Amino acid sequence: MDATRAIEPTLVENDATVERTSERELVVTRTVNGPARIVFEAWTNAELLERWWAPKSFPISLLSCETDARVGGRYRLVFGYEGSTMEFFGRYLEVTPHSRLVWTNDEGDDGETVTTVSFAETGGRTLVVVHDLYPSKEALDGAIASGSTSGMPEALGQLDELLVTLGREGGVIGT
Amino acid sequence: MVQYGSGRLDASFAAISDATRRGVLEQLGRADASITDLAQTFHMTLTGMRKHVGVLEQAELVTSEKVGRVRTCRLGPRRLEAETAWIERYRQLWEARFDELDKIVEELKRKEKVDGRNESD
Repeated sequence: MDATRAIEPTLVENDATVERTSERELVVTRTVNGPARIVFEAWTNAELLERWWAPKSFPISLLSCETDARVGGRYRLVFGYEGSTMEFFGRYLEVTPHSRLVWTNDEGDDGETVTTVSFAETGGRTLVVVHDLYPSKEALDGAIASGSTSGMPEALGQLDELLVTLGREGGVIGT
Repeated sequence: MVQYGSGRLDASFAAISDATRRGVLEQLGRADASITDLAQTFHMTLTGMRKHVGVLEQAELVTSEKVGRVRTCRLGPRRLEAETAWIERYRQLWEARFDELDKIVEELKRKEKVDGRNESD
């Protein structure tokens, strides 16, 4: 054991967490080392959003990104994946600078999913909570079964990816 | 409990390598359905759909039960494991997003500092 071990819990605490909190809800949390003012800007300014929404380590590119971040304003993100494109769009229901963003996700067949993002600043750090409310249990189950959900194109989360993960964790499956 | 050897995993890979079968899983995630319903939804013959469902059943991604003349299909026992793995995959996507976001936030913080300094000059 060395001294650096002692600081690990703080690092672990900064990992993103994902939890299905109910039949219709999915919640992502993560703390960002910066004031809410800056973090909020990176979520609403299209030029900034397009630099992080499709991470470089994932096999996907963001071809265009438009955000009209005001109540009733619309957003549209176009992704490219292996030669095909897919769109992620909807409208903003609430835009409260530096603390809350609510938008609908309208491209699904089962009704709209509502995403609420809250930003809570403490001591120069901001806790970001992304809450997705699906129109029904079936819509969330369907998204999971097909490997897609709001903001994650189907191709990214295909079940074969899941089964690769399951394969790696062979011991767990065997129980 | 059921043992999942490599044969089982191979069956799963084969099962989801096909777009129709992935579509069937998505459909059954929304609601149980008969073979006839599925065949209509995916514009296939009953025989064709029976084959697809058979592959999914072998992988335990789907179970089916015949009541009278109707065979009803629903998601099978491996579904929950798939959900756990899916959530981890989704978490990895968000972790990667936040890692990129961290870089932008650092950049904006530095920029503010520089701008602040210039203003006070």
